[in-house]
Amino acid sequence: MRYLPKSPADREAMLKAIGLRSVDDLFAPIPAEYRLNRDLKIPRQMAESEIVDFFRQRSRENGDGYTSFLGAGAYFHYRPVVIDSLISRGEFLTAYTPYQAEISQGTLQSIFEFQTMICELTGMEVANASMYDGSTAAAEAVMMAVRLTGRRSVVVARSLHPEYREVLATYATHQGMPLTVAGFGENGRLNLKELEKSITAETAAVLVQSPNFFGTIEDVVAIAEIAHKHGAMLVVSIAEAVSLGIVEPPREADVIAMEAQSFGVPMGFGGPYCGVIATREKYVRQMPGRLVGQTTDKHGKRGFVLTLATREQHIRREKATSNICTNQALIALMVNIFMTVYGKVGLKELAKQNLAKTAYAAGQFAKHGKVLFGSAPRFSEFVVQTSEDPYAVNGRLLGHKMVGGLPLKKFYPELGNAALWCCTEMTTRTAIDTAVGLVAESERSVRSGKEEVDVEEVAR
Amino acid sequence: MKRMTRKATRHVNQNEGLIFEKSSAGKAAWKLPPLDVPEVDTAALLGGVERKDLGNMPEVSEIEIIRHFTRLSTWNYAIDLGMYPLGSCTMKYNPRVNEAVARVEGIANGHPYQPERISQGALLILKTLSECLLEITGMDAITLQPAAGAHGEMTGLLMVRAYHQSQGNARKKILIPDSAHGTNPATAAMVNYAVENLKSDSRGMVDIGALEAQMNKDVAALMLTNPNTLGIFEQNIHKIADILHAKGGLLYMDGANMNALVGKVRPGDFGVDVMHLNLHKTFSTPHGGGGPGSGPVAIKKALEPFLPRPVVVTKTDGTLGFDYDRPQSVGRVRAFYGNFGMFVRALAYIQANGPDGLRQTTEDAVLNANYIRKGLEGTYHLPYSTPTMHEVVFSDKLQAKKGVRTMDIAKRLIDYGFHPYTTAFPLIVPGALMIEPTESESKEEMDLFIEAMRSIAEEVEEDPQTVLDAPHSTRVSRLDETAAARKPVLRWKPTA
Repeated sequence: MRYLPKSPADREAMLKAIGLRSVDDLFAPIPAEYRLNRDLKIPRQMAESEIVDFFRQRSRENGDGYTSFLGAGAYFHYRPVVIDSLISRGEFLTAYTPYQAEISQGTLQSIFEFQTMICELTGMEVANASMYDGSTAAAEAVMMAVRLTGRRSVVVARSLHPEYREVLATYATHQGMPLTVAGFGENGRLNLKELEKSITAETAAVLVQSPNFFGTIEDVVAIAEIAHKHGAMLVVSIAEAVSLGIVEPPREADVIAMEAQSFGVPMGFGGPYCGVIATREKYVRQMPGRLVGQTTDKHGKRGFVLTLATREQHIRREKATSNICTNQALIALMVNIFMTVYGKVGLKELAKQNLAKTAYAAGQFAKHGKVLFGSAPRFSEFVVQTSEDPYAVNGRLLGHKMVGGLPLKKFYPELGNAALWCCTEMTTRTAIDTAVGLVAESERSVRSGKEEVDVEEVAR
Repeated sequence: MKRMTRKATRHVNQNEGLIFEKSSAGKAAWKLPPLDVPEVDTAALLGGVERKDLGNMPEVSEIEIIRHFTRLSTWNYAIDLGMYPLGSCTMKYNPRVNEAVARVEGIANGHPYQPERISQGALLILKTLSECLLEITGMDAITLQPAAGAHGEMTGLLMVRAYHQSQGNARKKILIPDSAHGTNPATAAMVNYAVENLKSDSRGMVDIGALEAQMNKDVAALMLTNPNTLGIFEQNIHKIADILHAKGGLLYMDGANMNALVGKVRPGDFGVDVMHLNLHKTFSTPHGGGGPGSGPVAIKKALEPFLPRPVVVTKTDGTLGFDYDRPQSVGRVRAFYGNFGMFVRALAYIQANGPDGLRQTTEDAVLNANYIRKGLEGTYHLPYSTPTMHEVVFSDKLQAKKGVRTMDIAKRLIDYGFHPYTTAFPLIVPGALMIEPTESESKEEMDLFIEAMRSIAEEVEEDPQTVLDAPHSTRVSRLDETAAARKPVLRWKPTA
């Protein structure tokens, strides 16, 4: 086996040193009746070239070469080459959690820089070293609010990513946290009247996403005012981090739960991604996850350590703020490098391009279909309503190696034949024009009723 | 440093400030293509929510970024440099082909919502890995959704709760041995179960008498790590399972130490009902400085209806798809399908090994731990003489007489060119030195480690101050953690 650095003679010598005759003696503690006396039924040992072939084949079966208009919590942005060059260094890739500060200063300093940049971008005072992803970060942020307010119930915007809502529901069920969902209005924003009605004296947190699932930017100032008036905390989830380059961050929030995938992390069929929680300094001791702090060593030199560990499971056990143990350090490093590459000016220009592409696409679609929620500002996503079933529209597009917007029927049946489209700096005008053309064509054919459309179930 | 070490030599490394300290207006490491759609008036589009300023975000060039992070990287110790004997962490070699295949275009850029018709590659990876893990564990069904080991624990206990609820009583508490990982009790609390401690016996195993006395119909499950955190296989595992099952309880196995078992014994065969795996331990996905992990949960048939949504199924036309119609599911624990990139790596690792390679891996891991135990027995106090599997736990009892504790020895080990072992865990061994070499260490590397550990023990006798002041060879030494926690500085700020 090519990963094992021992010759048969080495093994022999080691057994002899231990005073054993055979390897079986090492496994004597395992009761004989449970020992496996056969080969595992798994694929045989493969050569490296065979493994590479296997995954290349899987890649070909996995949408390779398609142009996509999907967003909805996973965004296709350009990843500067330096990201993979740097994270591939073994010193980053193959290091453990930086408990031994003296030989982990590289990881620790980079996390400290990450925390700083997240604070700058979100307008918050502290940020943790990362969480699993945006969905679990949102759930953990809500539980943080529950601990801070001593209240138990939560009001969630229906315009929050539906899968984030599902994750929160899972976390909340066994915590005995009642969830109330507040709907959205004609403009795609949280319905403030409904919010007002949903909040009670028991509401610990209001959880909204901005830009929300439809790409619409919420009126965070108004939402915060309502939440705070009732003594509830406002948790804002941000799924599209690039928006922070051009959209004012939700500074009125008490906690921000972010998904930073857009910052240099491959879409990778849904993970691994990089959640982050940012908040105000006064709440830091109820914040879950790892934190890096600055200090000095015995010679007075600046250095960094993991800190405030008394919140954590390995010290507090069942009284910890969360059971979270690892964070997403390597992914946070990708995010960190991405933020460093684009920086103060680049992030703004990048966000502007996303905004421009989306504005153009929404404008073009509006000529042939109905683009919903136009009266509130949006960032990079928009909802298109068609006469035809969006699954059928997408079936047509697939024939042209294009993946259309995400059909919303599953999550929002009330929106009818609606789909969520997304553009980024990677979306070309040609691709937009082609997609708009195909949608226009299918709209015409449905209206004239001439053509039978092959309605194939192509999405889940 | 008085003693010479064969493993390490000091060399110059570069100083480097924070990235913000290198920033100045006008430098850039980015270039966007020309915009092919009309420019927009951002103020008109966004109105009041337009952002004007990005604060103190850095402005640096590409070469500065490369040097910055390369310099930082040289301040880290890593598996690629040498032995990383952290007990319980399984710091094994991270094969590079894993990284290569995770970056193949259609795998790296697959969108989680792309139609199933063009997701067959990803679905087959999910299915194949699931099948391999089920065969390895001897369990019946699996979810890959949890993002890490602790997340897997939560998912497992949610299924335990749902199972008991379906039997008419969710039950009240979880039994947890005193040797358990801190995540176990923290997880039990997260799913609203009370935690009851279970004592270990004099051999370091679950005290069967205590378990019998504590087991009743309020107990939902026992969370057991096997081999436990002392590196000891629970020889009475079948009795433990029987005691639980007789009163309707479930046996949860923390799979953190699965590296001692793969190909030799299967948890499903010795009575485990629910278990999580750590792909970043047993299955070689990189630790990356603290994540991403991945914590699949494997279960017995009776718990299958409660799996998180969605599950991968073969459809009537033979293609693969996701099944969301799972009315008894505990729900979702994460958006999308889990840390897919880690599944790719774990599967590549399983393929590189095959059945013979995985078995040899386990044998070598156990052989290595026993070799170290033999090499250090007598030099360091061994609190439990029960046979060792993949890791061995010593204590600092002998060295403590000179005022030297486990953390001091650990810090001194750094000067000898090694990453320290795990200190002060498990909690049932005061002053623990928990050593897990994994299969990735050669005899030569372990001989150097044993030599270093013996040399430190001699130093403790002759010159304890050298050990107490260690490390002597690092950029920074003994950072002030108390000050860091008392007045937290958690971000850089420009000097006024």
